[in-house]
Amino acid sequence: MTKVRSDYVRPVDFKHGRVDMTHGGGGRAMAQLIEELFARAFSNEWLAQGNDNALFTVPAGRMVMATDSHVVSPLEFPGGDIGCLAVHGTINDVAMAGARPLYLAAGFILEEGFPLATLKRIVESMAAASREAGVPVITGDTKVVEQGKGDGLFITTTGLGVVPLGVEISGDRARAGDCILLSGTIGDHGVAIMSLRENLTFETTIRSDTAALHGLVAAMVEAVPTIRCLRDPTRGGLGTTLNEFARQSGVGMLIHESKIPVRAEVNAACEFLGLDPLYVANEGKLIAICPPEDADRLLAAMRAHPLGAEAAIIGEAVADAHGFVQMETSFGGRRVVDWLTGEQLPRIC
Amino acid sequence: MCLALPARVVELLPASEGTIDLGGVRKRISLELVTDVQPGDYVIVHVGYALQKLDPAEAERTLALFAESGLTDSTA
Amino acid sequence: MKYIEEFRDGELARRIATRIRAEAHPERSYNLMEFCGGHTHAISRYGIKDLLPGNVNMIHGPGCPVCVLPIGRIDNAIELATHHSAIVCTYADTMRVPASNGLSLMKAKARGADIRMVYSAADALRIAQDNPTREVVFFAIGFETTTPPTAIIIRQAQALGLTNFTVFCNHVLTPAAITHILESPEVRELGIVPIDGFIGPAHVSTVIGSQPYEYFAEEYQRPVVIAGFEPLDVMQAILMLVRQLNDGRAEVENEFTRAVTREGNEKAKRLVADVFELRRSFEWRGLGEVPYSALRIKGTYAAFDAERRFGIAYRSVADNKACECGAILRGVKKPTDCKVFGTVCTPENPIGSCMVSSEGACAAHYTYGRFKDIEVRAA
Repeated sequence: MTKVRSDYVRPVDFKHGRVDMTHGGGGRAMAQLIEELFARAFSNEWLAQGNDNALFTVPAGRMVMATDSHVVSPLEFPGGDIGCLAVHGTINDVAMAGARPLYLAAGFILEEGFPLATLKRIVESMAAASREAGVPVITGDTKVVEQGKGDGLFITTTGLGVVPLGVEISGDRARAGDCILLSGTIGDHGVAIMSLRENLTFETTIRSDTAALHGLVAAMVEAVPTIRCLRDPTRGGLGTTLNEFARQSGVGMLIHESKIPVRAEVNAACEFLGLDPLYVANEGKLIAICPPEDADRLLAAMRAHPLGAEAAIIGEAVADAHGFVQMETSFGGRRVVDWLTGEQLPRIC
Repeated sequence: MCLALPARVVELLPASEGTIDLGGVRKRISLELVTDVQPGDYVIVHVGYALQKLDPAEAERTLALFAESGLTDSTA
Repeated sequence: MKYIEEFRDGELARRIATRIRAEAHPERSYNLMEFCGGHTHAISRYGIKDLLPGNVNMIHGPGCPVCVLPIGRIDNAIELATHHSAIVCTYADTMRVPASNGLSLMKAKARGADIRMVYSAADALRIAQDNPTREVVFFAIGFETTTPPTAIIIRQAQALGLTNFTVFCNHVLTPAAITHILESPEVRELGIVPIDGFIGPAHVSTVIGSQPYEYFAEEYQRPVVIAGFEPLDVMQAILMLVRQLNDGRAEVENEFTRAVTREGNEKAKRLVADVFELRRSFEWRGLGEVPYSALRIKGTYAAFDAERRFGIAYRSVADNKACECGAILRGVKKPTDCKVFGTVCTPENPIGSCMVSSEGACAAHYTYGRFKDIEVRAA
């Protein structure tokens, strides 16, 4: 008869197991899940301590905090998954203040019945994103809801960062005459997600652009400390973000369609579905507004970074009491780029 | 109404279906409503169905017509 | 994208615009109705109005199948999901149209009704095959462009012997709508809405051909130019209409020769004739009852007719009193003539269908055009 070790603990079954209510119950099952999955994947001194909190010191300076909840469906898609999206999204929100992201916290809401194999894949992807970005997940929380009360998995991440001296970046700082820059192609993420949804599948793989932008931001701020505004155009796309800036700053904008980079496949997919790329979500791009005399230098700094290789100056802020965002179309006319109404849906008409 | 696009047929499939390519994006659609379609032909696609073959000669003629507009008169 | 981008060339647009400006007689106006919602959308999105001289006016017609769908029919579709527990498959366009009791298909879905968006009629058939124990209904809307796919899936359903699949048919016809507009008192007698000519729909015409429009040109002495979908097509068609009006001609011309022939798609027409027949009358939102303007499923395919299977009772629901969609769809009023435009009725909270569909006259004006009402200058 084989001898069973006295200290044997049956490991979590990541191959065939599913989340059940005990995993959120605060008892041994939950502790085991945290230890074998989360702590092992994120692997840092804070989680290793096993407290409900994390103690850390911060360099002197102004602090920035941001939080994001992630409810994307499908959970996994070409180019990423909800896990790395959660890491990138919050790092980016912090970075858009010109800050260096320092730490992340992550809360998970799991639906009863969710396959542990999928959870493991997603957590490991999250951990890889966090490691690659150099921003550790130092504390977290797990809850389980009954079957039917969740979409499989929801993740909320909160991030902390510190803003260097002399950097004042905020959506209300744009002035007439400032230049508007975009770090790369638009529409990739939204189209990648939508084309996976039931009944809309294409045979061509369009990949999400999800990425952590703090490295790009650091390079930009170093080259041009006078950057006025930074934001990543996520839900609602480029069109919505420009309207946000226009309203916050009390200016209008004029952008040029021919200068806006869009991948051919994204363009084609949008044509198929009747979508406007201006309003499609992005997860690895940013918009920057800077004084006109610094625009060329900023563009060069962006293009020198891998995540800004296709950066372009797409337009300028203008004096306009109504705060309209206008676009000169490739066709030669002018149209207004309004706020997005609700969620963009595909159309047949 | 009726969002429809011209796309290139790249492959014929069984059960009157085919694969079309638009700007690098490929999709499987029905060719049930059109006849005599070969890979390389362009079709007008609406809600996953090809409605008609596009006539390349006529397309060229139409573009030429556009270009003509503006050449004949001397008005500034 | 071949056959798309070349037809959006700005330089060619300017040339055609110069032509139009040169040939339009300054002492008269040219009032042209673009019937098709897709053309309305193109005109707004590309700012074609900016390129036209002031005496060429574009009137938006009712060629938006979502805009003309009566509230009562959307109520019926919602009932199929809520009262009959059917899986209702629909094109995304209908999801946000406001119906009775503050509902829409989207809101009903949020409350638990099994309503699913599909890109193609074939997807609805697939859903029926994948869910043999559930009733599946395809909410079929659209003009003649969208009808042949519906005919195909009904025939396929019969060949497969499906017993859980039906179609809620709301297909409508273009020529009937054009006749109705031309027969309306405002146009025919009162002359309130001068319509000098029509831009004919692009994709409807690939199916029905250019022949059906010959009747209008002849009977009502109005020129018709069938135009492709791209902005250059629309501009060329406007030029061709200006020329016809100058010459005193009233003919059917085809600008979209790369996809439209006189006969259209014979196979598609045959399939549609096999499955559908004319309804004697059908209510169009904003136009009232229009004779011989819509289709229903023939008796031979009765097993696939949702109206027969579920005994759907149609109840006509009046539009909100302040809503001017009807007048706007007939070209009698402009969006800005509507008291609630832009205030109570916005794309976020649409009161009427002209605001819901992105190609509805009100939505198009709100999104692209309302700013032109205010003077906008770049610094």
